[in-house]
Amino acid sequence: MIEFLRRIFGQRGSSATAKERLRLVLMTDHLELSPDMIETMKRDLVDVISRHVEVDRERIDVTFERQESTLAMLANIPILSVGRPSANGNGKHEGRAPSPDGSARTSKPKRVAAQTGPGAEGQAPPKRKRRRRKKSPPAPATAPAAG
Amino acid sequence: MESVAIEREIGAEPQRRGRAIVLTSGKGGVGKTTTTANLGTALAERGARVVLVDADVGLRNLDIVLGLESRVKYHVLDVLEERVDLDEALVPDKHSENLRLLAAAQSREKDEVQTAQMEALIAMLRERFDFVLIDCPAGIELGFRNAIAGADEAIVLCTPEVSAVRDVDRVVGLLGNRFKPQLIVNRLRPQLVKRGKMLSIDDVNGILRLPLLGVIADEPEIIITTNRGEPLALRKENPTGAAYHAIAAKIAGEDVPVPMPPAAKQTLLERLTSLFGGGRS
Ligand SMILES: Nc1ncnc2c1ncn2[C@@H]1O[C@H](COP(=O)(O)OP(=O)(O)O)[C@@H](O)[C@H]1O
Ligand SMILES: [Mg+2]
Repeated sequence: MIEFLRRIFGQRGSSATAKERLRLVLMTDHLELSPDMIETMKRDLVDVISRHVEVDRERIDVTFERQESTLAMLANIPILSVGRPSANGNGKHEGRAPSPDGSARTSKPKRVAAQTGPGAEGQAPPKRKRRRRKKSPPAPATAPAAG
Repeated sequence: MESVAIEREIGAEPQRRGRAIVLTSGKGGVGKTTTTANLGTALAERGARVVLVDADVGLRNLDIVLGLESRVKYHVLDVLEERVDLDEALVPDKHSENLRLLAAAQSREKDEVQTAQMEALIAMLRERFDFVLIDCPAGIELGFRNAIAGADEAIVLCTPEVSAVRDVDRVVGLLGNRFKPQLIVNRLRPQLVKRGKMLSIDDVNGILRLPLLGVIADEPEIIITTNRGEPLALRKENPTGAAYHAIAAKIAGEDVPVPMPPAAKQTLLERLTSLFGGGRS
């Protein structure tokens, strides 16, 4: 019956499917992150996470994946210990002695070269303005690159 | 456009520089050649001097659509390689006095044309014509680069299909800002859009976000006119023929509404089939 009504009022034909496929395929097409940008992004991401847990910087893996209705950035960040992070911030065990005041985690000042997180644009400097819809809250360590 | 003709006669425009517009799409078969022929005809009918350049080396087609295949003696490469004068290679149209065709080389390879040569050729044509319309080959390789080389404006053609929109998106990215690309949506079927079976103009341009120059219906008459080699723009009484003229007017700078195919009116039969016909949309 619902199918019948839907047909009468004619919503969501195959054009809706086409539209959705188009949206996704273009999102993937536009994902033109240079390896440099991905590296910067990884570093920034890890800098933030390192404030709370100690991570293995050498084994971080960032990938992009098309999911049902979004494009997701998946970051696999191995956690070494849940205690206070290392003083030198490189995630190696030898430097684990926590600084008492919790300072000096990284030697370099933080740069925010690539934004991550909901609403961030997982692509190179946009060529043109594009429509964007926000949806699906990020799963742990998963940030929709554009959605 | 009468004023242009008058100016030409009294020579009030010593350094005339026509507009070079490339029609492109990335994907093949979306209507670049058909649209080039029709817009050229419509612009020429307005009194502008128009030359159509077939840049599809190896797959010459524009001559057929215009019905000029038997008159083509020389082609772009003959001019570029200086075997003939430009004037000799320009084929006068059968129907429109102000229209000329420069055919593509048919039995040659794309890479025989150099980008700088194409640029020089288009520059030369712009001195003699008000409009130089360039029919771009499919693809985004050398043939594409040669076709856009001498142009300074682009019309991108798109059909309401996922693949065509994607390709246009890519092409527009490659064109960058230099060409001020404008969009023509071709082969729209209002009936299907209404029934949710075809991407709508808003769907397409919600993604592409280009200035919309016009919308051309999927028109059965096009097959017939192409069979005959008589562009549909010669028949203004046909709504699609008229749409080409409206687009030409917009190109010429007139402030006219964007031509749209008449909204779909469902026939009783269609209503019944969509009610009881089953089948998936
Ligand atoms: N508006 C239209 N309605 C119906 N058929 C069309 C329309 N525009 C183009 N065609 C047909 O589509 C086919 C491809 O067109 P063509 O102009 O050769 O495309 P391209 O140059 O982009 O490859 C041709 O058979 C042509 O007759
Ligand atoms: Mg063609």
